[in-house]
Amino acid sequence: MADLAGAPRPSSSVKLVLLGEAAVGKSSLVLRFVNNDFQENKEPTIGAAFLTQKCNLPTRTIKFEIWDTAGQERFASLAPMYYRNAQAALVVYDLTKPTSLVKAKHWVAELQRQASPGIVIALVGNKLDLTNDSGDGEGTDANDSGDARKVSTEEAKTYAEEESLLFFETSAKTGYNVTEVFTAIANAIPETSLKTARGAGASAAAASRAEEQRVNLNGPRDPNAKEGCAC
Amino acid sequence: MAPQENNVTDIDPPPPPLPPRRKQSGEVSLASLQVAPAQSRPTTALSSIDIATLSFPDGSRGTFPTTAMRAVSSPVPSASGCATPNQAGLSSASDELTDSMSVMSFAQTLRPPGDLASLVAGEMNRKSRAWNLLRSQSTTVQPFECFDAGAPDDLAGFEYEFDNIPDATAEGANDEQRLSLWKSKMKHYMILSSAGKPIYSRHGDLSLVNSYMGIIQTIISFYEGASNPLLGFTAGNARFVIATEGPLYFVAISRLGESDAQLRGQLEALYMQILSTLTLPTLKNIFVHRPSTDLRKPLEGTESLLSSLADSFSKGSPSALLGALECLKLRKSQRNSINNTFLKMRCDKLLYGLIVAGGKLVSVIRPRKHSLHPSDLQLIFNMLFESGGIRAGGGENWVPLCLPAFNNRGYLYMYVSFFAGNPDSTSAASPAQKERSSSDSLEEQDEVAVVLISPDKESFYDLKEMRDKLAHQLGKNGSLAIVKAAANEGRPRIGAIAPDAQISHFLYKSRANVQFCMSSLEPAFSGLEKMVVRRRLMSLYHQLHASMHIKHSHLKVLHCINEGAASLAWITPVFEFYCIASPNVSREVMTQGANKIIQWAKREEERLFIIGGGVF
Ligand SMILES: Nc1nc2c(ncn2[C@@H]2O[C@H](COP(=O)(O)OP(=O)(O)O)[C@@H](O)[C@H]2O)c(=O)[nH]1
Ligand SMILES: [Mg+2]
Repeated sequence: MADLAGAPRPSSSVKLVLLGEAAVGKSSLVLRFVNNDFQENKEPTIGAAFLTQKCNLPTRTIKFEIWDTAGQERFASLAPMYYRNAQAALVVYDLTKPTSLVKAKHWVAELQRQASPGIVIALVGNKLDLTNDSGDGEGTDANDSGDARKVSTEEAKTYAEEESLLFFETSAKTGYNVTEVFTAIANAIPETSLKTARGAGASAAAASRAEEQRVNLNGPRDPNAKEGCAC
Repeated sequence: MAPQENNVTDIDPPPPPLPPRRKQSGEVSLASLQVAPAQSRPTTALSSIDIATLSFPDGSRGTFPTTAMRAVSSPVPSASGCATPNQAGLSSASDELTDSMSVMSFAQTLRPPGDLASLVAGEMNRKSRAWNLLRSQSTTVQPFECFDAGAPDDLAGFEYEFDNIPDATAEGANDEQRLSLWKSKMKHYMILSSAGKPIYSRHGDLSLVNSYMGIIQTIISFYEGASNPLLGFTAGNARFVIATEGPLYFVAISRLGESDAQLRGQLEALYMQILSTLTLPTLKNIFVHRPSTDLRKPLEGTESLLSSLADSFSKGSPSALLGALECLKLRKSQRNSINNTFLKMRCDKLLYGLIVAGGKLVSVIRPRKHSLHPSDLQLIFNMLFESGGIRAGGGENWVPLCLPAFNNRGYLYMYVSFFAGNPDSTSAASPAQKERSSSDSLEEQDEVAVVLISPDKESFYDLKEMRDKLAHQLGKNGSLAIVKAAANEGRPRIGAIAPDAQISHFLYKSRANVQFCMSSLEPAFSGLEKMVVRRRLMSLYHQLHASMHIKHSHLKVLHCINEGAASLAWITPVFEFYCIASPNVSREVMTQGANKIIQWAKREEERLFIIGGGVF
C-alpha cells in the first residue's frame, strides 16, 4: 500500500499514542477513526496495538501511526516506549466514570514531564451517548433513567484549558466528534515538527485515489476508506 | 519461597514440541504390544465382547446402561486425596464404565498380530448371515443419531452453556433466576486466593458466586491441615476437581464427564495463563506482602483470555485433550521453502518465529538450544484465535507476555500481525463474527498470522521490519497463496483418505512430534447448531482418552460401543489414534478403516507434521 502514499500534497508521519484507564473506549475511538466501526462488547486490548490511518488536510496529508495501549496497571512501565518521540497523545476518560478522569490527569502530568516537549495532547471525554446531551441526539439511553454523566463538561474543559490541552467530548458509539479529534490534532501539530515522509511526485491515478480517501468531516465515511491504512 | 517454587517445577514439563524425530522402522505394527505386561481385568473385558454384538440396526441397544456413566466423570483412582462422599455411587458408575466397553484388547501374547484388524477381529467377531444382512442396512445411522430420536440426553441445554448470565442491573433479572441460570451451566471454573478472595468465575459475576466461593474455600481449607489435601469430590452428578498452585485455588466443576486428570490439565492451563500475565515472582510477591490482595486488578484484561481457554475446554479441544498441536498440511518442499525464507529474513532480536494459519502451525523457527513448549503455544494460540482481543484490533500488536514453560520469571515481547484473510472483506479480521458462543471458530479461520517473539521490549520496529520483508518475500515466491489455499481447504476428509472407511471422525497424534491431525468436522460436527453433537464427539474422545490413560492400565486397544456411537482407540509408542463411527459399524469394518487412516498418516507424516522446523 506504500504506492498510495505518494499524494501530491506533502505527506508526513505523526506518531500518536492513546492513553487512559482500561475500558474508557480508546480502542473504540481508534476503530471508529480507522474502520468507521463500533463493537458493543469489545474485548480488552492485549498489550498494545499499532495502527496507521491517513488524515488529509487541505495542505498536507498526515499519516497517523497510532499506538493504542491497553492501559493496564502492570504495563505502566512500558508506557514510555509508546509515548517516546510521540508528536501527539490522546488522553481518554469515560465521562460516566470520575476515577477515569483522575487517571487521565496522571497521564497528562506524566506526558508533560517525560514526553517530547512539543507534544500535542488532546483530552477526550468518551461515551457521550450515555448522557442527555449526546451531541447529535442519538444517545441511546437518553430517554432511559436519564443521565449517566458523572464528569461535567465544565470541570474537564477548565482543566484542559489550564494545561493547554485540546478538549473534546466524543462518542465512539455514534461517531460523534471522533474524526474531529484527529483532525484537530493534525492541524495542531506545528509545521516545523513534521518530517516530510515521502516527496511529492506520484502519478495522477494515485492522486485521485488519495482524493477519495479524504477524511469527510461531516459524517461517517465509506467503510472502504480503510484503503489508506498501511496495516 | 522454596515450597511454592516446587509446586511449579513439580508439574511435569510438557515435552518440547519439535524434538528430533524418533526413528521407527517398518510398517505400522502391533508387534510392540507383545512385551506389554498383562492387564489386570482381562476377564471382564473379554466377556463383554459378546454383549456388544447385541445391537440392532436402528441403533437401539438395551444391554448396557450408559447414560449414568457420562453424567459424572469417572474418577481415576489416584494415589491419594480423593475425598469422596458417596463411594458407593462412584463405584457403580465405574462399573458401568467397564460394562459399556464392548472390547478391551490388551496385550496379545499368543499371536503376534499383523495389524489392528487382526488384533481385535477374530472368531468371536464372526456373525451369522442374517446378522450381516441386517447389519448391511444399518450403516446409514450417524453417530449420536439416537439422541435426535429422543434417547435420554445428558447434554440437554448445552447449546445455552455459553450464554451470558445477565448482571444484577439488567431489567427483569432477579437473583433467583440468575442463580438458576448459573446452576444450569454444565461446567464451571473458579479461581480464588487461598485467603478466600474470589478472582475469577467463568459464569456469573462475582457478587452472584461469592458465597459459593466461600463454601469452596471452607471445604478446601478444612482438608488443608491434613497431609492429605482435597483433590476432588462428587456431588450429585457434578465432579469437583481442585488444584492448589501456590497462593491460588483452582476449581473445576463439571457435568461433562471428563476425568480428574483431564480437568486437572484444564486448571493447569488456566494457571499458566495467570503466570503468563503476571510471571511467577510477581504472583508470589503480591501474596507474600498482602495475602488478602484482590488479584483481579493486577490481572486486569486477563479475564477474557481465561474465559476463551475455559470455553475451548468446555466445547472440547482436541489440542488440549491430546496435549499436542495441529499443523497445517503442506508439501514438504513448500514447508521447507517457507522455513528457509523465514530464516533468511530473521533479525537479530528474534527468539522464536511462528507462522500460523487458522489456528494451525505453518512454520516455526527457533534457536537450536530452545524449543517451544506446547503449553506455551496453547496460550499464544488461545490469545490469537480464540479470544478476540488481538484480531479485533485490526492492526499489529505488541504484547508483553510470560511463556511460563519457557521461563516463568520474566516477560518476552510478542509481535503479532494478521495478513488480511480475505482480500474482499472490508474489515480485515471481521471480529464481529467472533461470538463467544460460536462453536466452529476452529474450522472457519483461514487468517494467517506472523508471530515474532523477542526478549527485547524495544524491538517492535525491528520485528515489524522483519515481518514486512517476510510478508513481501512470501507473497513474491507464492508461499502465502499456498498457505492460504491450504488453510481454506480445511482439514482432510475421511472420504478422501479412505473412501470406504465407515468412520465418521478421527484424531491421530504423533507422539514423537507432539502434534496431531484430525479429520474435518464438517458437515456433521461443525456449525453453531452442531455444537451439542460436537460436544458429544469430544466427550466420547475424552472418555476414550481417559480409559487409555488410566495409570498402570497399559491398555493398548479399546473398542467401545454405546447407543450413540462406536469408538476405537489404539496407542502405540509412535501414535495415539482415536476414531468414532456409527454404532452399527462392526468392529471388523471399523478396524479396517482405522488401519487405512493410520497408513495414510504414516505416508503423509512429513506433510501433516512439522518435523524439526527451522533452527538457527
Ligand atoms: N456507550 C458507549 N460505549 C462505548 C463507547 N466507547 C467504547 N464503549 C464501550 O466500552 C467498552 C470498552 O471499550 P474499549 O474501546 O475496549 O476501551 P479501551 O480499554 O479504553 O480500549 C466496550 O464495551 C465498548 O463497546 C462509547 O462511546 N459509548
Ligand atoms: Mg483497548
